Amino acid sequence: MSIATVFEIVLAALVLGLGIWTIVVRETFSATVGFVAYGLLVALIWVRLDAVDVALTEAAIGGGLGGVLLLGAAARLRDADLMASKTPGKVIRASAAALSVLTAAALADAVLLLPDPAPTLAPPAVANAWATGLSNPVTNVLMAFRAMDTMLEKVVLMLAIVGVWSLAPDSAWGGRPGPRHQADPNGVLAFLARLLPPVGIVVGIYIFWTGADHPGGAFQGGAILASMWLLTIIAGLADTAPVSRRWLRFILVAGPCLFLVVGLVGLLFGAAFLSYPLALAKPLILGIEVAMILTIAATLALLLAGAPERSAKP
Amino acid sequence: MSGTTVFGLCAAAAVGLGLYGLITNPQPLRKIIAFNLLGSGVFLLFGVVGRRGAAAGLGNDPVPQALVITGVVVAFSATALAIALLLRLFKTAGSTTLSGAPMRADLDPSGD
Repeated sequence: MSIATVFEIVLAALVLGLGIWTIVVRETFSATVGFVAYGLLVALIWVRLDAVDVALTEAAIGGGLGGVLLLGAAARLRDADLMASKTPGKVIRASAAALSVLTAAALADAVLLLPDPAPTLAPPAVANAWATGLSNPVTNVLMAFRAMDTMLEKVVLMLAIVGVWSLAPDSAWGGRPGPRHQADPNGVLAFLARLLPPVGIVVGIYIFWTGADHPGGAFQGGAILASMWLLTIIAGLADTAPVSRRWLRFILVAGPCLFLVVGLVGLLFGAAFLSYPLALAKPLILGIEVAMILTIAATLALLLAGAPERSAKP
Repeated sequence: MSGTTVFGLCAAAAVGLGLYGLITNPQPLRKIIAFNLLGSGVFLLFGVVGRRGAAAGLGNDPVPQALVITGVVVAFSATALAIALLLRLFKTAGSTTLSGAPMRADLDPSGD
């Protein structure tokens, strides 16, 4: 057990301070900005915990895309801030504080009393890495050892997008999500939206490709691709596609469907649901990941764009 | 006390803070942010447990890491759905209060 370095204590204190700020500050917008900063610093904690794959995901999705989502909502709900509902009374606040302190104390106690030596699944994950031909243990767990979780998560993403789309008013049913963004065509935003996407697309695909052997993967790469698409939309260079487009819906279901087909083939011809034949394990996983990165990028971007608001016909 | 333990205590505090904000803050958007704070604390607890399970040349147990990656994406999609619901409520009712105020349906002529 090493002694905590000054850096770790300062980082933890900063994260905690931002957490408190997020909860107690008056304006919703300030709370949102605090939460984005919190998300980015939490990514640093994940690096210190030697979980670089999670750090990339947290920075890209938790801090980046989540931040854009919350900031956008805070900006659109600014008027609602003025007619804020009344805060709960003293008794409720005191009981909530007591409950929260108890919960935090119980969890802190659990952290201090964790068993030593700690149980771990790292050795079996490393020992069975030969079966897939990939050397990043996290990708192995995500795509092979616990592929069921990842497949069901794709289904959750699909259900979320169906839920968001179903909130469209009748007049915009099947139309374009979000408002049409306008930006100065000679401004900084439009300039960045022309400059960054080629680089961002290459970086996104690289992060995905290197995920086989190093930190990275379809989630992190997909989040970068989604942010590049959103950048061009926010700068007004492109418009969101109407959600009734057939190609769009095909991309949205490509990931989970390919996953399901491979799983069923494994059930019919192999040992179990989602069992890959040894010789084909790596190509199959890569194929699923290619379909998944497209699905993830499209789903994340469309979740951010929100419910359809404008009719597809001009 | 090791650095991992410090982060573990930080995660426990984040869960407590998120729970407090979720109960006491009357605004739905602030409740969503508080819930995300709570979730982030839970993910960090996974990370701390995984870090203690470092073995076989890996710095962190890959199984909790994979669970957290899945969890982050699911939390994002749930947040997006909650915000879409909130924006729709604001558009339909003209306010975002959850305290059972009468709906002002006349604001949205397309009403559905």
